[in-house]
Amino acid sequence: MTVYAAIHVTLALTLAPLLLGLINRIKAVFAGRHGPPLLQPYYDLIKLLGKGGVYSRTTTWVFRAGPLVTLAGLLVAIVLVPLGGIEALVAFPGDLLLFAYILGLGRFFTVLAALDTGSAFEGMGASREVQFSALAEPAMLLGLGALAVLARSTSLTELYGRVQVSAIAGPAGPAMILVATALFIVLLTENARIPIDDPNTHLELTMIHEVMVLDHGGVDLAFIQYGSSLKMWVLATLVTGLIVPVRTGRPGWDLAVGIVGQFVVAALVGVVESAMARLRLVRVPQLLTAASILAVVALILVVR
Amino acid sequence: MATLVLALGLLAIGGVFCLLAARRAALARWVGGLTALGSGILAMVCGSEVLRGQATPTLSLPWPMPGAALSLQIDGLSAFFVLVIGLISALAALYGVAYLRPYQGHRNLGFVWFFFHLLVAAMLVVVTSRNAVLFLVAWEVMALASFFLVMFEHEHGEVVRAGWIYLVATHVGTAFLLALFVLLGKAGRSMDFADFRIPTTGPAGATMFLLAVIGFGTKAGFVPLHVWLPEAHPAAPSFVSAVMSGVMIKTGIYGLLRVMTWAGPQGTLPPLWWGQVLVGIGAVSGILGVLFALTQHDLKRLLAYHSVENIGIITLGLGLGVVGLATGNALMATLGLCGGLLHVLNHAVFKGLLFLGAGSVLHATGTRQIEHLGGLLKRMPFTGGTFLVASAAISGLPPLNGFVSEFLIYVAAFTAIVHGGQPGVGAAVVGSLALIGGLAAACFTKAFGIVFLGEARTPAVAKAHEGPLAMLIPMVVLAGLCVGLGLAGPWVVQWVMPAVRPLMPGPLVPPLAETGQCLVSISSMALALLAMVLGLAALRWRLLAGRSVDQAVTWDCGYAAPTPRMQYTASSFAQPIVGMFRSILRPHAGLQRPEGLWPSHASLHVHTDDVFTQSGYRPVLQSAGRLAGRLRWLQQGRNQMYVLYIAITVLVLLLWKLGVPS
Repeated sequence: MTVYAAIHVTLALTLAPLLLGLINRIKAVFAGRHGPPLLQPYYDLIKLLGKGGVYSRTTTWVFRAGPLVTLAGLLVAIVLVPLGGIEALVAFPGDLLLFAYILGLGRFFTVLAALDTGSAFEGMGASREVQFSALAEPAMLLGLGALAVLARSTSLTELYGRVQVSAIAGPAGPAMILVATALFIVLLTENARIPIDDPNTHLELTMIHEVMVLDHGGVDLAFIQYGSSLKMWVLATLVTGLIVPVRTGRPGWDLAVGIVGQFVVAALVGVVESAMARLRLVRVPQLLTAASILAVVALILVVR
Repeated sequence: MATLVLALGLLAIGGVFCLLAARRAALARWVGGLTALGSGILAMVCGSEVLRGQATPTLSLPWPMPGAALSLQIDGLSAFFVLVIGLISALAALYGVAYLRPYQGHRNLGFVWFFFHLLVAAMLVVVTSRNAVLFLVAWEVMALASFFLVMFEHEHGEVVRAGWIYLVATHVGTAFLLALFVLLGKAGRSMDFADFRIPTTGPAGATMFLLAVIGFGTKAGFVPLHVWLPEAHPAAPSFVSAVMSGVMIKTGIYGLLRVMTWAGPQGTLPPLWWGQVLVGIGAVSGILGVLFALTQHDLKRLLAYHSVENIGIITLGLGLGVVGLATGNALMATLGLCGGLLHVLNHAVFKGLLFLGAGSVLHATGTRQIEHLGGLLKRMPFTGGTFLVASAAISGLPPLNGFVSEFLIYVAAFTAIVHGGQPGVGAAVVGSLALIGGLAAACFTKAFGIVFLGEARTPAVAKAHEGPLAMLIPMVVLAGLCVGLGLAGPWVVQWVMPAVRPLMPGPLVPPLAETGQCLVSISSMALALLAMVLGLAALRWRLLAGRSVDQAVTWDCGYAAPTPRMQYTASSFAQPIVGMFRSILRPHAGLQRPEGLWPSHASLHVHTDDVFTQSGYRPVLQSAGRLAGRLRWLQQGRNQMYVLYIAITVLVLLLWKLGVPS
């Protein structure tokens, strides 16, 4: 099984940017455009990795540490998540907390790097980022808590390993659907997607994540963009494990189903992004509170 | 025990010497600092000896006072607090030597050190005392010594105000403790802790528990009893704030834990509702503490509110522990108590460090106003770097120490949900801890980001420079501890276990092996993370080698001449969250709009008062003041009248005595 976990990590590291390519292609199709090639995120990364650097005179080492810590945190996070029936490379009771807080560490440094530039725009983005993530965190942990009750464990691998088609159809089904919805909202928030944030806008005043990284360029920006695609991958696994509850018992098949599931989730993100407009900033906390409430309701359903 | 007596003796000698040698200010400054450093180290040795061994050293001397005895005992719980007190007071004292230098000559430093020594000695006695009279005397000395330290800069009006608020609050708390100990003493017919029992059923036990929660909670800073903290901590000199916030408020936690050991006849478990009350208090204190912290403009006030938040986290852990004890779930009890106690140590380390860092900022720039600071990381690399470590640690981020204790509390909460049959309590803890964690990260990105990053917002700040070595060493040591305690989680937990043991009834042997394994995994993942950061740094260095790396101005949409005034402010940064919780926080803004065709002036002030002071205590105290004013006619300044009052009082008492058959 560990072999398949290692294959999952390798595939995640190589395929993650493709998720973003797929989302962009779906959005283009919805808009009736041709859209960029599916492999465009890879081309961007290669281009950025070949560039030099320009740093603001205001910044300190914190600005340069930001992309490193964020990407390093995601590289660690990727070994902590299972993909459906495929166990995580590293699993222990309570690993879901380390997972949540490692994402928090990356966010902490991204925010500080943004503030390090002294730019009001980046300060604005940083301020919104900390607000929304503070609300997304309870939703994620309470949602995973509901799954923990079902699996009677606090390890992500066991949480997702025991999900079955029969379980979705059984009494725990409604709770699982609620958790999947809550986690999907968390996924949209953490990855700065519509309806919370718009990754494509060019108006700094309305951006959140993109404006925080406005001053990063070259290799640093490549690290950040690769980190974003990894973040999409790890949070998508949390949703995939629930909405694709197929556990064949044969790891090869499970892996293939899981990878397909990842792209299904990405396609879902693309559809949401094409069909919805960005919410007004004052509405976002309500959406995130709703996600927490869904998670709490799920928790009540499973302990009842 | 000899080490503790030696530490107390050294504190006494050092304190009195400083008082006598106050004229020779430099001598007093050094002797005061070094004796406090020495006795702090002795206290650490004493605490760690007991935590390592199995013995519980005891000292008992007669004291000619009714009900009193000079009895000290160091069990695991006491030893743990002795260790924390020693650690923080030693480092704070070293810092104080340099911090007090600018005050030399126009301030009596002998007094400062005398009261500092008295405070440390009183705290050591509080956590080791085994007699209620001795405990209360030490408790009062601790309160008064810290009151005089808060009043250090007594020529400022707000310092005096803070001092009085503190004095009143601490005595209100002590009044509840007095009532508690009188009840306990009456029930046990002795003032020795060994004879104290709190019945776990019935109104008497409930009264005692609630008295303890209010009395000790006032010292610890439970919401809504916390109002003195944000006044007193900013007013005190920074190294004293570090001791007060790092360890003194924890004596309230110690007191509560000691009360837990008196539950019922020997071996009885505390009732479930005690734990539920503690979890409720912890959640409220934690969330409101961090929310109020977010609204603050004063760096030290912000830190003081974070103490309220962290006391909340500690109480969440202890509450879960008590729930675990009450429901017979040994794993949950151990994890909760262990996490809570470990957070006592961790909070002492990073909050001590944060207050010392704030002191260095104040020392270098002369201001605590966050909005006036900025760009200090370039000018004060050590203060800034260590403050960053502490900020990440207090936000509970791996690989630092705050994460380890919060992890234990989280696991206890998940145990409550999954196996413990207490899903409500567990979910409340998970939800509030997650929210607190996110908000704390928001607050500390604000504090560190606005103070240390960007550009200096005022000219005075642009000229700041790093403090002397004696101020840097304690900060670097504490930052090292933040990392060390974070990476050494599995071993640190072994050190905390003896402190948990007095709280656990005999047969519950804690099954902690599995959690120890988790902590090993966490530490190795943390090391992997650090290695990954270094690897990526090397990769970037390799990629950028030979390419052009330029410096430029920050991108502001093509605007080429940004000024420091254009930076985002701390208030703006916090505004979305403050706005979201405005029904609780009730911020008020003073806005002067730009007017006319050629607007010349506009301003905006946003201010958030403590809602409990404004809407809770102030109206009550004001009406009490008005009522008291009605009695002013009694006080006429004529001695004959006062003699008459005394005579009437004596007469009434005599009549009452006659009327009541004994």
